[in-house]
Amino acid sequence: MTVTLRLGFLPLVDAAPLIVAEAMGFAEEEGLALDLVAAPSWSASRDLLSIGEVTAAQMLAPVPVALALGLGSPARFEVLSVLNLNGNAIGVSTALAARMRDHDFALSDARDAGLALLAAAGQRLRIGVPFAFSMHNELVRYWLEGLGQTLPESLEIVTVPPPLMPDALAAGEVDAFCVGEPRGSVAVERGAGVLLLPTSAIWAAAPEKVLAARAGWAEQDPELAGRLIRALWRAGRWLGQGANLTVAGEVLAARLGVSAEVVERSLTGRLVIAADGAERVVPGFLRFDGGAAGFPWRSQAAWIGARLARRHGLDAMQAQTVAAQVFRSDIYRLHLGPAGADLPAASAKVEGSLAEPTPVASSRGRLILPPDRFYDAQVFDPGLAG
Amino acid sequence: MTRRLSIIVVEKDRDRAVMIVDGLREAGDHDVLVIADELGLARRISERNPDLVLIDAGNPSRDAIEELTLASAPLQRPVAMFVDESDGALTQAAIEAGVSAYVVAGLSANRIKPVLDAAIARFHLMQKMRVELAETRRALEERKVIDRAKGIVMRAKGIGEDEAYALMRKAAMDQGRKLAEVAQALVTAAELLK
Repeated sequence: MTVTLRLGFLPLVDAAPLIVAEAMGFAEEEGLALDLVAAPSWSASRDLLSIGEVTAAQMLAPVPVALALGLGSPARFEVLSVLNLNGNAIGVSTALAARMRDHDFALSDARDAGLALLAAAGQRLRIGVPFAFSMHNELVRYWLEGLGQTLPESLEIVTVPPPLMPDALAAGEVDAFCVGEPRGSVAVERGAGVLLLPTSAIWAAAPEKVLAARAGWAEQDPELAGRLIRALWRAGRWLGQGANLTVAGEVLAARLGVSAEVVERSLTGRLVIAADGAERVVPGFLRFDGGAAGFPWRSQAAWIGARLARRHGLDAMQAQTVAAQVFRSDIYRLHLGPAGADLPAASAKVEGSLAEPTPVASSRGRLILPPDRFYDAQVFDPGLAG
Repeated sequence: MTRRLSIIVVEKDRDRAVMIVDGLREAGDHDVLVIADELGLARRISERNPDLVLIDAGNPSRDAIEELTLASAPLQRPVAMFVDESDGALTQAAIEAGVSAYVVAGLSANRIKPVLDAAIARFHLMQKMRVELAETRRALEERKVIDRAKGIVMRAKGIGEDEAYALMRKAAMDQGRKLAEVAQALVTAAELLK
């Protein structure tokens, strides 16, 4: 008996696990039919989930954490899995890029890129991000603050809906932006912007989009939640195979309304950074699989909680504790352990401590965590035992 | 006498904006401003510092307004999303009608309700008009296809208009399909055989 589940998503490349689960039969294997509901904005997606119009949704990782801290709306969500790591790019207007002629646009060194940006921007810098509670916002702030420079007094990080970003750049409403794909590539295609830095260069393993449900749903209906978590996990594994990316590009292009060629740029990490066609290869630009990519680490949530607490004047320790509860690594274990996932022995780690791929204790003994360094070599120890 | 409410309506389409504004006028003598240009929307709203912002739930610019609901935003009086308000039924009705309302925290519910009721009624009306327009378009399209199919049958069988129409209607009834579907099949087949 097939059950139909309504899931919210925004038409972005990193909605791939949902789209692939539906299109390539991973949902069907679990007896699920996915009814994917495209939301016009993150606030709309959050409202659809909170009033029960959708059962679960692709969500910006900081949204459920912010809600738990009482920021934004009275809804309460839980994170059942991480859909992808990284995948956003920072870009500058073509006018600003022209003033950065001495910079190499190598897309690999966050410090270099940041210093070049500040030097070229002078006293005015306004950066557009998709939503107040987003990794885009958090990582841009982390990046600029860590440069150790006096930041322009007029520095502003403002919300600009990504579909409007090219116009906002052209009109000088923003000087730079941080968006998910395919929005960055679309800005490049329109000649509105030049890519400067992938966010993976700021934090090598940042949680980006998550699978969110209303708090309590996964425990009220564990059978259904398990089917959904497994279907998306298998879709993520499929996306982790290089040989599948051409098909993935086609499947996604049909849903996202952009060409397969543009979608493939982010899937393969071969980014076209400017309208003249200059290309840069960014390994790990967008990751769906490998090294427990889908595992909702309590420490990832704690990092987000700590950042939000700082900016919104909340108690940092308390915010970290509350945040850590939102990423339900226990539910993830419950459903993916029996399915054969290689699960880490711990549910929290010291974020930023791995410079190299590192073997760690795991259920099947073969788990290797990828590097998770912050560009400024800081580490974040949430002090969560286990 | 209660103070007039300052209301911003975010709407690009001029006709729709006029319709909403008319609806709000009926709800009371309020100070209503329409913003059509979405560039720098959040900044312009915070400069105006309204009591209430109304925006289509399908508008991507909602995310920019969300920023204003945060205490750390430059707005002097924090606005809260309507979902924050205690009147759950009204919130649900607003969401279902496709209207998102951002209300200044602390504004009493009895002041908001008439305004929101008027907005909800207008959004429903707009939805209905949109559906009706789509229906009319579809009917017109079907009419065209049926006429073309009729012409094909008339030419192929050398029969008159009424007879051709009767033949198509019978085929539709026999197959349990809509007349428009049979007509479309005929037109498609005729294209292939050209």
